[in-house]
Amino acid sequence: MRLKLKIWRQKNSQEKGEMVSYNIEDISPDMSFLEMMDVLNEQLTLKGVDPVAFDHDCREGICGSCSMFINGEAHGPDRLVTTCQLHMRKFKDGDTIYIEPFRANTFPVIKDLVVDRSAFDRIQHAGGYISINTSGNTQDANAIPIEKNSADKAFDAATCIGCGACVATCKNSSAMLFVSAKVSQFSLLPQGKVEANERVLNMVKQMDEEGFGNCTNTGACEVECPKGISLENIARMNRDFIKAKISK
Amino acid sequence: MALDSKIPNGPISEKWTNHKNNIKLVSPANKRQIDVIVVGTGLAGGSASATLAELGYNVKAFCFQDSPRRAHSIAAQGGINAAKNYQGDGDSVYRLFYDTVKGGDYRSREANVYRLAEVSANIIDQCVAQGVPFARDYGGLLDNRSFGGVLVSRTFYAKGQTGQQLLLGAYSAMNRQIARGKIKMYNRHEMMDIVLVDGKARGIITRNLINGKIERHSAHAVVIASGGYGNLFYLSTNAMGSNVSASWKIHKKGAFFANPCFTQIHPTCIPVSGDHQSKLTLMSESLRNDGRIWVPKSKSDAIAIREGRLKPTELSEDQRDYYLERRYPAFGNLVPRDVASRAAKERCDAGYGVNKTGEAVFLDFASAIVRYGKEKALLKGLDQSDDNIVGKLGKEVIKSKYGNLFQMYEKIVDQNPYETPMMIYPAVHYTMGGVWVDYNLMTTIPGCFAIGEANFSDHGANRLGASALMQGLADGYFVLPYTIGDYLAEDIRTGQISTETKEFEDAEKSVKEKIKFLIQNKGTKSVDYFHKKLGKIIWNKCGMSRNEKGLKEAIKEIQSLREDFYKNISVPGTSDSFNESLAKATRVSDFLELGELFAKDALERTESCGGHFREESQSKEGEALRDDKNFTFVSAWESNGSPSNSILHKEILNYENIELKTRSYK
Repeated sequence: MRLKLKIWRQKNSQEKGEMVSYNIEDISPDMSFLEMMDVLNEQLTLKGVDPVAFDHDCREGICGSCSMFINGEAHGPDRLVTTCQLHMRKFKDGDTIYIEPFRANTFPVIKDLVVDRSAFDRIQHAGGYISINTSGNTQDANAIPIEKNSADKAFDAATCIGCGACVATCKNSSAMLFVSAKVSQFSLLPQGKVEANERVLNMVKQMDEEGFGNCTNTGACEVECPKGISLENIARMNRDFIKAKISK
Repeated sequence: MALDSKIPNGPISEKWTNHKNNIKLVSPANKRQIDVIVVGTGLAGGSASATLAELGYNVKAFCFQDSPRRAHSIAAQGGINAAKNYQGDGDSVYRLFYDTVKGGDYRSREANVYRLAEVSANIIDQCVAQGVPFARDYGGLLDNRSFGGVLVSRTFYAKGQTGQQLLLGAYSAMNRQIARGKIKMYNRHEMMDIVLVDGKARGIITRNLINGKIERHSAHAVVIASGGYGNLFYLSTNAMGSNVSASWKIHKKGAFFANPCFTQIHPTCIPVSGDHQSKLTLMSESLRNDGRIWVPKSKSDAIAIREGRLKPTELSEDQRDYYLERRYPAFGNLVPRDVASRAAKERCDAGYGVNKTGEAVFLDFASAIVRYGKEKALLKGLDQSDDNIVGKLGKEVIKSKYGNLFQMYEKIVDQNPYETPMMIYPAVHYTMGGVWVDYNLMTTIPGCFAIGEANFSDHGANRLGASALMQGLADGYFVLPYTIGDYLAEDIRTGQISTETKEFEDAEKSVKEKIKFLIQNKGTKSVDYFHKKLGKIIWNKCGMSRNEKGLKEAIKEIQSLREDFYKNISVPGTSDSFNESLAKATRVSDFLELGELFAKDALERTESCGGHFREESQSKEGEALRDDKNFTFVSAWESNGSPSNSILHKEILNYENIELKTRSYK
């Protein structure tokens, strides 16, 4: 395959960026998108040009590092995959592909396609845990049976990989899908109920302080989420939040 | 220097309890005066950071990723073992201990493995209390599955992403301590060297990966939890950034490196599709619970399948060779990983491979789909003889168990594994070898500890499935937090360690010089060129089977590749900016040294054991032949200038509780 790439290049967080065009040939449809980027970078390196910086690590869709906005969609045209699992067979010979970073005020660009998502970490510092000591003196794991339905729902929420596609997709750069998944993961389990009120209030407060936008229930985040996190989580968090506010 | 493994006296089942009762403690007031550095935030580093902080130490944690949650433990799929015996199938601490020692082909330390089995049950309790959503049955209790090399169901799991859920548990425990100010987290920081003061580990030099700043960090102890070195092979199931550098830097400053050649080649990975391949993807071992592995019985069928003239589903049962079931009737498809990998290689080398490259075998779920489908049909009162109903119900069951793995396979290979068997081939997955540690998990550098995959201690020459997560969390939550106190008790009067000393200055200087060299060399070859070349040498000559001739060649080739690297490496960009090529170059320069020691270690060990298969040492049936008389020891290498001059120290392994036997899964 022969492709035209238009890639966002930005030296660092201070300087202005721009779209730069590159032509690339001999791309196999079996390559992953990032392997195509590797080919480009190898060519740039040999020409002495600074290669395109992008975040990536596990390349199996679970670490949540990769974060490209491809042809106007977070993680590109395929559904339920991260960029590292997107394959070139989803594109056609001669295509022009636009590659940009995940854009949001809360995700400042570090370089090229690399953004700073530490706001997500800070939201979790505010309450993304169950306050239990790691001493090993907890009760037997089977002492509290958990209804399979709740356990499965908690698991579904916990599959969020924290990539930030939801924020990049949302027209308001809202982080509601991410935060609600993190809140739900705990609030659905008996272990997490003890601190549920405080958790939802603190995490939402931190989310607002970071500057993420508001949710208008458009649902684009759910469509683009590589792990299929459901909007149901947002509804649940709104409910939990109101309950917590009233009981305060 | 003599190796002292510091194994406590007494019967094996009392060693750990007695040891805990006798080691020194640090008072809560004094813990506040003590700093600990933890490098790496996977299951071992994350759980250790959280627990040390909770105990009261001031923790500084480092990871090269943009968040601790992205460490590669996240990618573990299948599960975590624990001797809970919830299934009532005869499991016990002793059996988990026995299986692990046997699985490791009698090359691990008994006392460490027993302790691991002993604390395993605590891990599950701990994780459930933290809110880890393990799989449950309809009664609300925890579910288990079976893994390779054992005859009980002791593996706890969270669909195909147990690693992510456990890591999120450790990460949440870290978050709690970060919020309290007890952990200072340094994301996107890479450890460049360790700093010793008076022979003790007192700090590290790091590079900020965003702006290239070289920083000094001091502490009373340094914990290395930076994982394994599978990326030595270039292609592996490790993350792209996984590297040996932290372990290698401490090795060069005095920590012995143990059993470097003990590598795990995992049998069920998606085969290589071409030269562009950047990494390999694992398909969880749990799939072998229900998947049957086969190749065609006749070579002509294999060739027809390779050329696309025949579909695997067109072959009848008696045209298929379920070679694991044939060779190992007792364990069948659930033999340990080393055995399964070698058997796949044997069939493919003999010409029975089933993909274009001839390096793939089938993993088939058709009979599991029928079995589950019939079960479900009976439960629902539907017609068990209707293939459509049975197929549909069976696929639903398979989907609920392995849905995300099947989806991943389909995305990568573009084939539907519900309809046609998966193709798999072995790939490098885990390294049993690592930094040598004593019973306290301390390396041969006082005050420097190594935990998780970074150390060598528990898996011998082959690791059983679902044991890596167990070891990482055992080390971090339940072992190191005790044993580190024994060392730090001597440090309560030391006070803050200054970074304004000659030792820090010298270490920083040499780091800066190395970076300057890499940037200014302006050669003609990229880092990836060297990494790929190194990987090919290691895979071809030190991979699934090894021989004297190949290993000697490998050593020579790696030496000349290393020379080539220092002459011709080209690193674009600058040192004071985000520069991934530079980060890769520093990592690959360490792999180029480790690679040689790896081959040297494999050459020295003329026996076959676990994942280390020396062609010269095999039985008539082609099974690995151990040499207990001459090799019941751990090879601990002391750095001495260059890898070829490394000095071998032997830690003799004493088996007091388990009799050494030929490992048989027949």
